[in-house]
Amino acid sequence: MSSTTTPRLDVRKTYKLFVGGKFPRSESGRTYEITTAEGTFAANAALASRKDARDAVRAARAAQPGWAGATAYNRGQVLYRVAELLEGRRAQFVGDVAAGEGVSAKKAEELVSAAIDRWVWYAGWTDKVAQVAGNANPVAGPYFNLSVPEPTGVVAVLAPQASSLLGLVSVLAPVLVSGNSVVVLSSQDRPLPAVTLSEVLATSDVPGGVVNVLTGRTAEVAPHLAAHMDVNAIDLAGALGADGITWGELEADAAENLKRVRRPAGETEGDWLDTQSLEAILAFTETKTVWHPKGM
Amino acid sequence: MSKFEYAPAPESASVVDIDSSYGLFIDGEFVEGSGAAMKTVNPATEEVLADVAVADEADVDRAVAAARRAQEQVWGPMPGAERAKYLFRIARLLAERSREFAVLETLDNGKPIRESRDVDVPTAAAHFFYYAGWADKLSYAGYGSEPRPHGVAGQVIPWNFPLLMLAWKIAPALATGNTVVLKPAETTPLTALLFADLLRQAELPPGVVNIITGAGPTGSALVRHAGVDKVAFTGSTAVGKQIAKQIAGTRKHATLELGGKAANIVFDDAPVDQAIEGIVNGIYFNQGQVCCAGSRLLVQESIAEEVTERLKGRLSTLRVGDPMDKNTDVGAINSAAQLERITTLTQAGQAEGATRWTSDCPLPETGYWFAPTVFTDVSSAHRIAREEIFGPVLSVLTFRTPAEAIAKANTIPYGLSAGIWTEKGSRILAMADAMRAGVVWANTFNRFDPTSPFGGYKESGYGREGGRHGLAPYLVEGTVR
Amino acid sequence: MATTTTAPAPSSTGGTHPATRSAQQVSADASGVVGSDQLSNAALRTFLHGLPGVDAVGLAGRAAQLGSRSIKTTAKAWGLDTVISMIDLTTLEGADTPGKVRSLVAKALTPQPGDASCPRPAAVCVYGDRVQIAKEALGGAPIAVAAVATGFPAGRAGTAARLADTQDAVDAGADEIDMVIDRGAFLAGDYRKVYDDIVAVREVCQSRAEPAHLKVILETGELATNDNVRRASWLAMLAGADFIKTSTGKVSPAATLPVTVLMLEAVRDFLAATGVQVGVKPAGGIRSAKDALKYLVAVNEVAGEAWLDPEFFRFGASSLLNDVLLQRLKLTSGVYSGTDYVTID
Repeated sequence: MSSTTTPRLDVRKTYKLFVGGKFPRSESGRTYEITTAEGTFAANAALASRKDARDAVRAARAAQPGWAGATAYNRGQVLYRVAELLEGRRAQFVGDVAAGEGVSAKKAEELVSAAIDRWVWYAGWTDKVAQVAGNANPVAGPYFNLSVPEPTGVVAVLAPQASSLLGLVSVLAPVLVSGNSVVVLSSQDRPLPAVTLSEVLATSDVPGGVVNVLTGRTAEVAPHLAAHMDVNAIDLAGALGADGITWGELEADAAENLKRVRRPAGETEGDWLDTQSLEAILAFTETKTVWHPKGM
Repeated sequence: MSKFEYAPAPESASVVDIDSSYGLFIDGEFVEGSGAAMKTVNPATEEVLADVAVADEADVDRAVAAARRAQEQVWGPMPGAERAKYLFRIARLLAERSREFAVLETLDNGKPIRESRDVDVPTAAAHFFYYAGWADKLSYAGYGSEPRPHGVAGQVIPWNFPLLMLAWKIAPALATGNTVVLKPAETTPLTALLFADLLRQAELPPGVVNIITGAGPTGSALVRHAGVDKVAFTGSTAVGKQIAKQIAGTRKHATLELGGKAANIVFDDAPVDQAIEGIVNGIYFNQGQVCCAGSRLLVQESIAEEVTERLKGRLSTLRVGDPMDKNTDVGAINSAAQLERITTLTQAGQAEGATRWTSDCPLPETGYWFAPTVFTDVSSAHRIAREEIFGPVLSVLTFRTPAEAIAKANTIPYGLSAGIWTEKGSRILAMADAMRAGVVWANTFNRFDPTSPFGGYKESGYGREGGRHGLAPYLVEGTVR
Repeated sequence: MATTTTAPAPSSTGGTHPATRSAQQVSADASGVVGSDQLSNAALRTFLHGLPGVDAVGLAGRAAQLGSRSIKTTAKAWGLDTVISMIDLTTLEGADTPGKVRSLVAKALTPQPGDASCPRPAAVCVYGDRVQIAKEALGGAPIAVAAVATGFPAGRAGTAARLADTQDAVDAGADEIDMVIDRGAFLAGDYRKVYDDIVAVREVCQSRAEPAHLKVILETGELATNDNVRRASWLAMLAGADFIKTSTGKVSPAATLPVTVLMLEAVRDFLAATGVQVGVKPAGGIRSAKDALKYLVAVNEVAGEAWLDPEFFRFGASSLLNDVLLQRLKLTSGVYSGTDYVTID
């Protein structure tokens, strides 16, 4: 038996896109090399094209009404379930984050824990947002009048470039709370936690198409998402630190169909440890106000 | 000659003094504008009402500087309770001078005196009264324990509700501690300039509200000015997109209240007589020059003919003409340019094969007029079913099932408002959920209230005006930890 | 919407007077509208509950808008005279003595002493046992005598007593009968009972060579909801009413502008459905000329000018006449008048 003398060669994962609940390669057939923070080879990731972005938007549009139409309680359970699965995979995330971000194992543990806790925090918001952000309006007349937040629709999310998991979760989870569907463009150089997260989502109860994950070059794909007329909103967090594109350019592209734009909080990426907020949820909601007469 | 001929019941124009020319209101006083003055006309008579100054970039700069000074030195540091009292004063002064404002609004805009008297002016006063009370209660509004103002708000408003839109813009801005540079529309500047006189009576500190007049370039200069922290615009979707582009990459915040093409959906179990009134109010209120107008009537096929015939009967009782007559229901179109746009689109409607019916009411010979018009046999592909006409023109489409009504209502880039008419409660709620629109009126239409948020989905813009939600665009969330 | 085949606009031409129809025609018209020869309770219920609902807030808003019309100068002059010509000058008290009735008639004959241009009211309205006195006092003048009947105001009497009450008034020469419907039966859902009742009273009215016209009082204040008012209006019209009337004046609320607008919509729609033009009479609570002019505006814009005629619109009122006269004096003299310058009846 040679097993005691020859080290076992590990089985590597093929990193793919996540679109409509499936894991396709880029339609362009392209990949690009991902390295660790130390510069060693980590994996080849799919290099998404504008057509992949188009397909992802289509999948997100198709899935959005079902996700928004689920009860808030149900969305909360589904999102909480994602946190359970993240916990189960924490060792893999810790490894990915440590290797990709070049942080210590201890720091990576802290970041992964924060990401999981953040997911839990947002999961608990689903059935409270309308109570906190909606209200009855005492109009001066015999009318019932109520304002409630609703999801904006299909949201493109440019995930932060540096914080590959906590940053990603910080911009993805709040968008899902109210019932939006999402096309995420991962960190360009640190996409692996995003792909692993999509594997978690695929085995969770999140319906296919509600979250779609693209990996690739921000400057290549983001303008197509920003300009896409069937995308209702965009989070530009990942424009900070991206080569060859600025958030201002993307915001200008987004004006063509008056997308709701969430700008980066500053001009450089922060550490994401203290960034969970109701505002992050409400940035991708619309307030609907309904009137009805009251009379016998 | 009918039996009961209503004699003319003209409101007197003498309650308001119109100056022959107006300057810019900057830092608490009227100053000359640097641009070539423009004229504002009465659209019902085509008579010039006054010369009005035009602000150029230097004027905008002065106005923004005045607003900045006032914000930093006076208005921002002032306790909310004191700001509140100024706003309450403004509300009361508006109510006291309501007749003057109503008459001036009708003269400058062309809308019926009945509407400016009963809707525009009282609702504007109520708006100030509502936001006055918020000024010292902002920590209760749900935007953090210590929310802060942005600073200087640059506000550009349209000509369809000149004073009311001014109130929608200025009241929440001041309540939250922002100061204001406001540009009224070029065709309807007069009530904003009269409002400046009201501010004199209120003894509002100089620079807190600055009113600059001019056309598109003035508004663009204001929006682009580096000293403006917050932009608020109500107007067309095309201009809204330009503004969104102009402020892209800056740290300016924007509220955009833009166009609409609302579906007013009538089911076969609707309260028909009230639905007819709602349809009429939905599209002929303010000559249809309303962003949330119910310009697309979606009526269930089984009652379509009956509803359109009843509607035509009702329309024949609408009184079109002199806006100063208290019995006028439909007044003048605001400008020659707007009349031209309405005419062009209705011609397109005919050319595309829709059937046109126009009320045979007599129209005055001078002024800008368009008789109430209904198009039937309209399909969703027609321009008159997709483009905002902004005039007294209704497009009637039919549907067979609720799903078809929802699809037709939502399949459009706009999403400002929608109407639902049915006596079935569960259907109302399901339809209200399904509408992709910021305001849904069920068994009513075109209701407005200071406490009720207003604003659109999709290309109808973003941000809300009115209610608690209307504070958010003027506040930076802040929390004491 | 099973009710109308042609959609109504405010009418300027009007239609057939309901009183000219035979009982058979009335019944045939009703069957046609309801879509059933039986006119059973079930059929009536299906029809009446199939009428479009009424949104109370929207109705009130429409009425308020009509009430905001500004009626001035020549329009006001025409309106005031028209209001006078539509008044059923009324006294309905247990204390009505012959002298009181004669005084009322004198007022109707000469509303404004010294002004021959002043029109006279359409009718005087009294209890059945005062009809003869009123007729004698009128002495053939072209003013009708209307009598309340059928156990007015509650109507809670047996059919025989209600019909006898009607017969007495008709025999005494009443030109018009103001009956009350059985609100108890209506609210219990016994629509057929209400229908039969009206048909029977109509038969008494029609039994004379010169038939008495029949006004059917719905007592809208007791019907409580607008949907009920719309259904009761149709039920009364189907049964052959010449007029539908809001109230007895003994129950609050009596006539309101919204309820009158609703009834004007009903007669407009009934004309469109049948070609028959039924009149409307708001009664009780209309005291000022200003209010009365609002009702005229509603008649003009909701039903149409065919109803701007005492044959199809009346005001049931007592104190209204004097306020209209005061306004009339103001219009002709240009100065405000006072109650010393009109007579009391």
